[in-house]
Amino acid sequence: MTDKPKIPAIDLKQLQFYYQSGGWQLNLPGLTLHCGQHLFVRGVSGSGKTTLLNLLCGITRPVSGELYVNGQPLHQLSSSARDSLRAKHIGVVFQQLNLIPYLSVLDNTLLSSHFAGQNKTDSVNRAKTLLQRLGLQQDLWHKPATNLSVGQQQRVAIARALLPKPTLLIADEPTSALDSDNRDAFMRVMLAEADANGCTVIFVSHDQSLTQYFHYQLDMQQLATGVQPC
Amino acid sequence: MLMKLARLSLWNRRGTVLMTWLSLTISIALLLGIDHLRTEAKSSFTSTVSGTDLIVGARSGQLNLLLYSVFRIGNATANISWPSYQRIIKHPQIDWAIPISLGDSHRGYRVMGTNTDYFSHYRYANSQPLVLAQGKPFEQVFDTVLGAEVAQKLGYKLGEQIELSHGVGAVSFSQHKDKPFTVVGILARTGTPVDQTVHVSLEAIEAIHLDWQQGAPMPGRQLSSEQTLAHDLTPKSITAFMVGLKSRMATFTLQRQINEFKNEPLTAILPGVALAELWQMLGMVENLLLLISLLVLLAALVGMITTLLASMKERQREMAILRAAGAHPWYLFVLIQLEVLLVTLLSMLSAAALLFISLYLLQDKLAADFGLFISLQIVQLTSLYWAGAILLLSAVLATIPGVLAYRKALADGLTIRL
Repeated sequence: MTDKPKIPAIDLKQLQFYYQSGGWQLNLPGLTLHCGQHLFVRGVSGSGKTTLLNLLCGITRPVSGELYVNGQPLHQLSSSARDSLRAKHIGVVFQQLNLIPYLSVLDNTLLSSHFAGQNKTDSVNRAKTLLQRLGLQQDLWHKPATNLSVGQQQRVAIARALLPKPTLLIADEPTSALDSDNRDAFMRVMLAEADANGCTVIFVSHDQSLTQYFHYQLDMQQLATGVQPC
Repeated sequence: MLMKLARLSLWNRRGTVLMTWLSLTISIALLLGIDHLRTEAKSSFTSTVSGTDLIVGARSGQLNLLLYSVFRIGNATANISWPSYQRIIKHPQIDWAIPISLGDSHRGYRVMGTNTDYFSHYRYANSQPLVLAQGKPFEQVFDTVLGAEVAQKLGYKLGEQIELSHGVGAVSFSQHKDKPFTVVGILARTGTPVDQTVHVSLEAIEAIHLDWQQGAPMPGRQLSSEQTLAHDLTPKSITAFMVGLKSRMATFTLQRQINEFKNEPLTAILPGVALAELWQMLGMVENLLLLISLLVLLAALVGMITTLLASMKERQREMAILRAAGAHPWYLFVLIQLEVLLVTLLSMLSAAALLFISLYLLQDKLAADFGLFISLQIVQLTSLYWAGAILLLSAVLATIPGVLAYRKALADGLTIRL
């Protein structure tokens, strides 16, 4: 399942972050996830979920501590190096409105491989396969993204996130706009595709019932206790 | 992909983009049009007369003399007597002279009395001689040679009979009805006021006024065309004359001699100098117009940037998605620059088209009403400079929303603030 077993997908030590304006701060003593291990991050809004995601994606840099994604020291890299690392190794899925409205489904999917600098023809072929596996049939590929239902849009977002074969898939409450049937279908298809690609999923939600899908969980209110198995 | 993003993003906001495109098109067309008119007017002005060393008329300002003798604008204050003319042209330094007698018109076009030296010595633009497109120079008293535009506009052909009017208005109450002229020649187009002139001989001018006195026909003394021919048709006076010298070195000497002519007060001007002075006066207005159109362009560009800035808010989601997919903030900056350049480029193309069409439609009217001969050749070196400057300016202005997108992308990270 994993083609790079030695290097952890994510490895962080004594991660600390706070804003210059002061007040609130984020402390995370340690977290190590190997490829294919999925983490559920739980927390109410304001608990620092978004900050944690920004740190993991390399959008913001930690104030202190060490953060490795796929063995690369994110805390030391320049912002453009972090951007290209994100393009190649990290896929992101938002809560909703993941797609650029004026691009077709296929072009939305291809965005990630474009930024990762991957071969266009290969990417198109892979994108088509991925979309098909995610239940998005050929007749939808050239439609504008806005014509799709929310559930379909979220699946396109998964396809885009997985297209450059990332090490890490970060999902920020991707199911919050879905009803329970759609939500369960979405969780299954997302995790199945992640597993097929040997990809680690970090999933943020306040929906306790979703913990059943994950190997580990992290409670934002009790960061000191660290990662717990589910 | 970058190009596709820019293109489709613009298409997605086509409502506001269309308005921006419209305002930019109009302002760029205005700017290029004014610049084009400026250069064309200048070359049209300076190419009206060439090879003529001096223009001599009754004592007046040099602009007035230039305007009525070359541009057929305005009127002479006084005439030159025929004996004075005869005396001056005997000067050893004078190679040739073209007498000009003005004051009549034909349906709004000025009539110019002259002699056949006009056809052999008059030069315009880069020393180009007049060429007859059809027919021959006038030989008989009641022959006329038409300028290209007169013939074209009024639909005259060789052999047709036309009547002249006294005075220079488009509608004249006193006609020289009893003495029709025959069209014997039509000149090729020159792009100068020559095109709008009806040429007759000096004798003809004398003949049609033979039975007139003090600007009105004398009752009971009307003469037919045939009767006039029996009279002595040597002109008593002319309005002005053009002089070509054997050596240009003598220009200033001769000018001074004419200006100090004892028998009557005369003025001799150097057409080149007078044209330059005229251009300087007009140039002020043109520069002002250019400045105004520059400001209009700036306003349109600022308008475009304003709409872009306003759209940045609704495009935050788009920017965040691109960021999450791995785009560097620099990429967003380039995307916005590209959008601006696309709109500007498109506007420039449509502005050129708009300008071309308007000029095409207005060309004849400008020539007829203002004596401005505007070519349709709008793509010139200066217009390319302008195009470059407009693109550069829009790129500079686009850095404002570009930098904003860049900084917002850094600050907001992956959060989508709606």
